[in-house]
Amino acid sequence: MEKKIGLYICKGCGIGEVVNTEKIVNIAKNALRVPVVAEHEILCSGEGIELIKKDIAEQGINSIVIAGCSPRVKTYEFNFPGCFVERVPVRELAIWTIESQEEQQQAAEDYIKMGVIKAQKGEIPEPYKIDINKTILVVGGGVSGMTAALEAAKAGYDAVLVEKEAELGGFARKLYKVVPTDDYTKGVLSDVNLEPLINEVTSHPKIKVFTSSKIDRIEGQPGDFDVTISKNGSTETIKSGAIIQATGWKPYDAKKLSKKYGYGKFKDVVTNYEFEEIAKKNNGIIKRPSDDRVVKTVLFVQCAGQRDPEHIPYCSGMCCATTLKQARYVTDGNPDATAMVIYKDMRTPGKLEYYYKEAQNAPGMMLAKGEVIGIREEYDKLIVTVENSLLGEQVDLETEMVVLATGMVPTTKEPQDYLIGLASAAAKSDDEKAKYLETTKKPEFILNLAYRQGPELPFLEGGFGFADSNFICFQYETRRTGIYAVGPVRQPMNMTEAKEDARGAALKAIQCIEHVANGMAVHPRAWDTSYPEPNLTKCTACKRCTEECPFGAIDEDEKGIPFYKPNRCRRCGTCMGACPERIVSFKDYSVDMIGTMLKNVSVPSEDDRPRIIVLCCENDAFPATETAALNRLKLDPAVRFIQLRCLGSMNLVWIADALSRGVDGMLLLGCKFGENYQCHFAKGSELAKYRLGKVQETLDRLQLESDRVQMYELAIDEYWRVPEIITEFMDKIREIGPNPFKGF
Amino acid sequence: MHHNGSPTRILVIGGGFSGLTAGIEAAETGAEVIIVEKNPYLGGRVAQLNKYFPKICPPLCGLEINFRRIKVNPKITFYTMAQVESISGGPGDYTVNIKINPRYVNSNCTACNACYEACPVEIDSEFNFGLNKTKVIHLPFEQSFPLRYVVDRKSCPKDCPAPCIEACKYNAIDFNLQSETIEIKVDSIILATGWKPYDASKIDNLGFGNVKNVITNMMLERLASKNGPTGGQILRPSDGKPVEKIAFVQCAGSRDENHLPFCSYICCLASLKHALYLKEQNPDAEVFIYYIDIRTPGRYEKFYNQLKEQGGVNLIKGKVAAIEQDPESDDVIVTVEDMLNFRKIKQKVDMVVLATGMQPEGLEFKVPGIKYAIDGFVIEADGIYSAGCAKNPMDVAGCGKDSTGAALKAIQIGGRR
Repeated sequence: MEKKIGLYICKGCGIGEVVNTEKIVNIAKNALRVPVVAEHEILCSGEGIELIKKDIAEQGINSIVIAGCSPRVKTYEFNFPGCFVERVPVRELAIWTIESQEEQQQAAEDYIKMGVIKAQKGEIPEPYKIDINKTILVVGGGVSGMTAALEAAKAGYDAVLVEKEAELGGFARKLYKVVPTDDYTKGVLSDVNLEPLINEVTSHPKIKVFTSSKIDRIEGQPGDFDVTISKNGSTETIKSGAIIQATGWKPYDAKKLSKKYGYGKFKDVVTNYEFEEIAKKNNGIIKRPSDDRVVKTVLFVQCAGQRDPEHIPYCSGMCCATTLKQARYVTDGNPDATAMVIYKDMRTPGKLEYYYKEAQNAPGMMLAKGEVIGIREEYDKLIVTVENSLLGEQVDLETEMVVLATGMVPTTKEPQDYLIGLASAAAKSDDEKAKYLETTKKPEFILNLAYRQGPELPFLEGGFGFADSNFICFQYETRRTGIYAVGPVRQPMNMTEAKEDARGAALKAIQCIEHVANGMAVHPRAWDTSYPEPNLTKCTACKRCTEECPFGAIDEDEKGIPFYKPNRCRRCGTCMGACPERIVSFKDYSVDMIGTMLKNVSVPSEDDRPRIIVLCCENDAFPATETAALNRLKLDPAVRFIQLRCLGSMNLVWIADALSRGVDGMLLLGCKFGENYQCHFAKGSELAKYRLGKVQETLDRLQLESDRVQMYELAIDEYWRVPEIITEFMDKIREIGPNPFKGF
Repeated sequence: MHHNGSPTRILVIGGGFSGLTAGIEAAETGAEVIIVEKNPYLGGRVAQLNKYFPKICPPLCGLEINFRRIKVNPKITFYTMAQVESISGGPGDYTVNIKINPRYVNSNCTACNACYEACPVEIDSEFNFGLNKTKVIHLPFEQSFPLRYVVDRKSCPKDCPAPCIEACKYNAIDFNLQSETIEIKVDSIILATGWKPYDASKIDNLGFGNVKNVITNMMLERLASKNGPTGGQILRPSDGKPVEKIAFVQCAGSRDENHLPFCSYICCLASLKHALYLKEQNPDAEVFIYYIDIRTPGRYEKFYNQLKEQGGVNLIKGKVAAIEQDPESDDVIVTVEDMLNFRKIKQKVDMVVLATGMQPEGLEFKVPGIKYAIDGFVIEADGIYSAGCAKNPMDVAGCGKDSTGAALKAIQIGGRR
């Protein structure tokens, strides 16, 4: 369909009072050759909308530029199905933030021009659709994995469950009793009840279970994964649409714990994990290992290894409640028995507090804050020395048995540590890499992804090996599209939480499948049907896109030619920013589009009227700018804002293009990066910063000062910083002086 | 979940973090979702927060993405200033009546602010817990969604000539708007009604309401917010003095049979975060945190360590016995039993922050047709699910998980129809 653009300029909200819209109408008609141009007193009024609708019907307008307010208001009014719609926030960027009438006029002209160019260069995307498989693969057959598979099946989706052990059940299989889910008035110990869950899973017509099986290889993309499963030496390949990793945790190796706990030295010092086995073996009767005697006193030591930078720096979340439960094994039904618990902080958040209350009121239970400094043996007893407790400065407590509450280590930690080691060796030299491969024991991998960027979920800085999301708001975000981690492999959590978590991951897997079935991106651009379309005939196999993609969406062949896997793509455009040949484009977003826009920004010829282009992230820095406008904060009239999907899509050619035209400076506003990154595309803003490091070369070639290009991190709520940053930058630019290319 | 050709229809009660998450996540699987929110804006409690722990990142960042997901998704309908009046029927076939209260500002509003400038009546800002003033006609906050003004009609004086109507060029203000009740049919319902801060004035010995410069943790969030009453400066309310010595009283109401019997989950982390807010503004500030247990589960331990590394932060396991006004100044005197050192402390500070807990909305305000436990949390039933703090006190991350899980339960109902 041939494109026909309509430009509609609103004169409301003060625009018509300061902007000569007639002049802009003429520019649009003559210079920009826009076929239909109209202005209206109040474009968002019923009459204004009708005007546009009429043009669509009668004149065949299909690309619409609305010059008026930001889409933060009138969100739903300018909705024209089937049309490309571009909103130009003239009110916010040209009127509210700029003071002089002359500058307001110039800004309005520039922004409207850029809006028209966007409409000229942009197309409505055609979704990428392939035949997809809707089966959900769940790796790990513990409570998390079984729940995920079962809940997905109950929502109508096929599931394949792969468990490496001969039986389903995972860690729960070892338990004697569990903490009740919610209501503690009906008893403080609940049956594990694993069999009904296993039966439901194994008998469900939509679930196929593989036990004693492992994942040999996963290749493909969401909607179209080929999963090779091996069992007893034979392999089978199945199709899957999305993947849930529920591989759980391992107990921390108690042998590594501080000697003060006496683990390994005294037979009657056991871990909470071993204690569970003891209780289960004798059906709740606690017999200590050294002499098989039934014990009446047990002392529990909390945080044995946890909250300790030498061992497990984090809190395992579940051990406090687990210990309260295990203490009940000792005291329940035995009025002479005593369970002592020495804790740092008793952590029973939320309604688990009720469980703690029950324990506090239970006979035979002694709970005290304190620090265990040593354990020794006297005759057939253990003496535990406790400091800084509510019992006094230093006390010795006598017990028949000690239980160390050790914590959880995610199964992802070992492969992660190995891969991090490998990457850092490889970064040094090929020799170092070869040496590493030779000398380091390779742990068992879990997913074995055939991805260019590595076989497992990428590690999270500061995540202690957990396959966790860095986002507070978006809990299931991983950097591998369509692959969701769940349960204690993701975060320390108890079984009740893991079951709920499993439902969440199942929902995300379903969502991913439904989105790729419709050719849509998943979070955070969940509506987007555009996707990167590289013109590979011009590719030089430089590998920048395959290396930089934050989501590992691009594989490559042995020559380095990239293979784009659109269903793995989140549409941030990092590949587009990375490509030195500028061959990656989206239908509605391209290097050419933004490049043409910034080349058409006016550059005043006067030396005292600088021009600055601000490239900013549309998710955070731009909303902050609009909020500054709403607060009527004034900005230097030199600036022109251009929104990018993510600063990661910033291509260095834009900087060269702008500066060689006489633009005095370029300011980049992106999200916070580093360990606590806020970038919705994980690495986008960081990559922009990295690329900026290379801009020197471009500037040197143009014989320009490197300070003309700067990047700031700006969060969405920091609207008040927008004028500050711009003033600071403008001061710098004025100090450097005008761009010598001005006027050429 | 497309059964008999029609998508699952889900009602989400509450448009805060949990409700938005549950609704949007469900809608992105193809379900049709209706979100009902009592406030004039979406975002709920988190919209009032300055930053989230542990990243110290702005809640608006995630809200913005979620608002965007709503804007582009035709399967989501939302009603602000609305409440559920009745629920009848069963799983797969509920009939719900929703009352939509008038905003008195219609969709003509362009958020130009002319009405606010014209309005002559100042009122306490509810959004800022009365720490400053706003006007009867106002924008809930700068980045609110929908970005539309609202009239607090009960505060309009009877004889007001309504200059706002005159000022509005777009005929957006309409005092003739009436409440209306609509009826909808849904397959399943998610309760995401959240919480409100426990009323600290009910705790006799902590001085809230009687002693100057005793505030709550939620009030501190507003004080620390750039768009709050003090432009983000942590100043004490009585005289605007920058705070140099601050005391945090943990479990103010929580873990207490006489008030909230449960642990509110977030207050330890919130106070640690608040100490960081203050330390950032004033590195020499002295902080006293009186606690029973410091509860920073999971990876949050790292955040706790981050605070412990700061100088001038005193963590004292102790019970606060009394909070009193210093007779000679606006300072506050806190009396504490230091439990590990077996002594009584009297500490004079500039300001006291009560780490008040989460009172589930369901304790006082019950949605008709929903069952509640005695503590105010929702009891789930087949077809009726709870998400976030309507179910159990939890942090924002927990709400994210829980609400996504609730979305799954809700979409399953459609398939059974």
